[in-house]
Amino acid sequence: MATRIDRRMAKLRNEGRPALVTYFMGGDPDYETSLSIMKALPTAGADIIELGMPFSDPMADGPAIQAAGLRALKGGQTLVKTLKMAAEFRAGDNETPIVLMGYYNPIYIYGVDRFLRDALASGIDGLIVVDLPPEMDEELCIPALKAGINFIRLATPTTDDKRLPKVLQNTSGFVYYVSMTGITGSALADTGKVAAAVKRIKGHTDLPVCVGFGVKTAEQARVIGANADGVVVGTAIVNAVANVLGPKGEKTADPAEAVATLVSGLAQGVRSARLAAAE
Amino acid sequence: MNKPATPNSFRTGPDEQGMFGIFGGRFVAETLMPLILDLERHWNEVKNDPEFRAELTGLSTHYAGRPSKLYFAEGLTRHLREVSSAKGLGGGAKVYFKREDLNHTGSHKINNCLGQILLAKRMGKKRIIAETGAGQHGVASATVAARFGFPCVVYMGATDVARQSPNVFRMKLLGAEVRPVTAGHGTLKDAMNEALRDWVTNVEDTYYLIGTAAGPHPYPELVRDFQSVIGSEARAQILEQEGRLPDTIIAAVGGGSNAIGLFHPFLDDKEVRIIGIEAGGRGLDGIEHCASMNAGAPGVLHGNRTYLLQNADGQIMDGHSISAGLDYPGVGPEHSWLRDSGRVEYVPVLDDEALEAFKLTTRVEGIIPALESAHAIAHAVKIVPDMDKDQIVIVNLSGRGDKDVHTVASMLGMEI
Repeated sequence: MATRIDRRMAKLRNEGRPALVTYFMGGDPDYETSLSIMKALPTAGADIIELGMPFSDPMADGPAIQAAGLRALKGGQTLVKTLKMAAEFRAGDNETPIVLMGYYNPIYIYGVDRFLRDALASGIDGLIVVDLPPEMDEELCIPALKAGINFIRLATPTTDDKRLPKVLQNTSGFVYYVSMTGITGSALADTGKVAAAVKRIKGHTDLPVCVGFGVKTAEQARVIGANADGVVVGTAIVNAVANVLGPKGEKTADPAEAVATLVSGLAQGVRSARLAAAE
Repeated sequence: MNKPATPNSFRTGPDEQGMFGIFGGRFVAETLMPLILDLERHWNEVKNDPEFRAELTGLSTHYAGRPSKLYFAEGLTRHLREVSSAKGLGGGAKVYFKREDLNHTGSHKINNCLGQILLAKRMGKKRIIAETGAGQHGVASATVAARFGFPCVVYMGATDVARQSPNVFRMKLLGAEVRPVTAGHGTLKDAMNEALRDWVTNVEDTYYLIGTAAGPHPYPELVRDFQSVIGSEARAQILEQEGRLPDTIIAAVGGGSNAIGLFHPFLDDKEVRIIGIEAGGRGLDGIEHCASMNAGAPGVLHGNRTYLLQNADGQIMDGHSISAGLDYPGVGPEHSWLRDSGRVEYVPVLDDEALEAFKLTTRVEGIIPALESAHAIAHAVKIVPDMDKDQIVIVNLSGRGDKDVHTVASMLGMEI
C-alpha cells in the first residue's frame, strides 16, 4: 500500500527534483506557536515534515536540538500533544507526509500498540526512532510496518556494505543518510563523499535516499540535492526559532515567519538541484 | 508485571541479543551499532583467552593490589551486638567488609578499567573517553590511560565537578581532560549523554570506557565479568576464614557495578540472601532520590532497557543522592532482571542514614568509607542487630571516603 511518503516521493521524481525534508521540534517554544510553524512549512516549500518529539536525553543531538527539546518540555509538550498537533495539521492538509522523529522511551511508555493506533489516527506516515537499530526491530519497526506506518532508518558512514542490507531490510518510505559521524548540527561533510555514499546505498535499495546532518543553507541544499532524492534540514530551522526568542523565552518576532523565510530559501535551493544520476 | 519463572541458574545471562529477560539490549543510534558489534567480537575473543587473563591478573595483583582483603569488622560487630543487647535480643551477626577501598585509586573501579584498557589496546584504539559521577571511575580511567599512554577525556556533570573537587584535581594530575557538563542537573546521566555524543562523533579511534554495568550490550556483561573478581574472591575468602558461605551480602547500587561484581558469584548459592541498596535520598515520597527499582518503571535510556526514574510521558527525571556515585536515574539491566526474578532484594537507604553509617564506621573501625559504600553499611546497621551471633554478613566497602570529606563537612555544618 502506497503511503503519503511514497506518493510524494513519486511525484517529486516526476518533477525531476529532490524533496525538501524539514525537521522542527514539536512544542517549541509552545504548542500554539509550534503548530503555526508546522502549518507554514508546506506553503514555504517543505515537501515532507519531520515532527520532532522532545526527549529529556537526546543522545544523538547537538546543542541546538537539545535546547529546543528542553524548551518544548518546559512549555508542557508531551507525546499526547505532539500527536494532537499532527492531527490538527492533518485536518487542513491531507497530502504533506508527516514523519515523527525522536527517541524510543516516550513511545515505549505510551505503549507501542496504543501509540501506533493513535499515530495512524493523527495522520502520521512514518517514524524515525534514533535509538532503535535493526537489532531491535521487534520493538517497534515490525509492529509499525504491520500497522501501515513507514519505518525510516538512518544509514551512516559507519554502516558498511556488509551491514547495509540489515539496515535496509525493514526500512520503508525513504532511507535517511546521516552525512557524517556525529551529532545533529555539526559542520557539513565533504559533498563528494556524501554523493559517493548515496550512490553506494542506492546500489542496495530502490528506496529514495535523503541526506541530512549539517545542511543549513540554500546553496548546501542545492549541492546535496544534486545527488540525493531529498535533503533534510533540522538544526537550521530550530535555530531560526531560537533566534527570535529573547533571554526569557519571549518572542521578539514571529517564529513561523522566521522559519518560513528560511524554508523558502532552502526550497529554491532544492528546486535548482538536478535529480541524481541514479535515475 | 508477571514474575518470570525461576531459572535453573541466575548466572547465564545475557542472551545473544544482550538481554536479561526484557532488560538490556542495544538501543543505540546506527552510527554506534558497528562499534558495539566490533567491541562484542573482541570481547568474545578475549574473555576466555588465557593470555589476556594472565595479563589482567598480573596487573590486578601487582598494580591494583588484588586480592583485596576480606576484613572482619570487629569494631562494628561489637557495636551492633551492644545495640542488639540493648534491644534485649542478645544477637548481632559478624560483619565482614570486602575492602575494595584498599585497591589502587581507592575503589572497585580499577578492576573494570584495567580490563577495558587491555581491551582497548587489543582493538588498536588511540583515545579513551569516560563518564564519571563521584569521580572514582574518572580517576580509575585517567589512571589506566596514564599507565598505558592513552589520551583521556572524562565527562563529568558540573554539579559533580563542584562536589568532588579532589577527584577532579586527581584526574587532571593524571593527564586527563575533565569536561564539565552543564546539561540537566549536571550529574552522571548528563555526563553519559555527552560521552555518547563524543563517541558518535569520534568513531574511528575512540574507546568508550563505561564505568558501570549498564549501557548497550556487551558493556553490562563485560563490566560485570571484570568486577566479578570481587565476589569470587569474597566467596573463597569467607570459605577459608569461616568455613562456610555468608548468610547475607550487601552492596550499594547506583549503576550497580560493585554490587553485580559482589553478587554474581553468589547468585546460585540459594542460601545466601542478597541485598542491593538504592539511594533513598530524602525519601521515596517525592522525587529527591535515586531508587529506580523501588520507585521507577522499566524504560529505555543509554542503550539499555532497565528500571528508570521517569514521568508519565517517558521523560527521564533527575534524581538526588548525597552520594554522587549513586546519583543516577537508572540501573544496570541485570539488576532489573534480578529484581523482577526475585533473587535479589533492593531496598532504599536515606541520605541521613548513610551519613550516620559514614560517621559510625569512621569512629568504630577507623575506616572512612565512601558515601556510596556507607549506604550499604547503613543497611547492615539496620539488620545485623536482629540477626544471630553465628550469622555472617559481608558488606562491599566499594571505595574509600577521602573524596567525600568536603560533602560530609558541609552536611555537618563544618568548615575545613
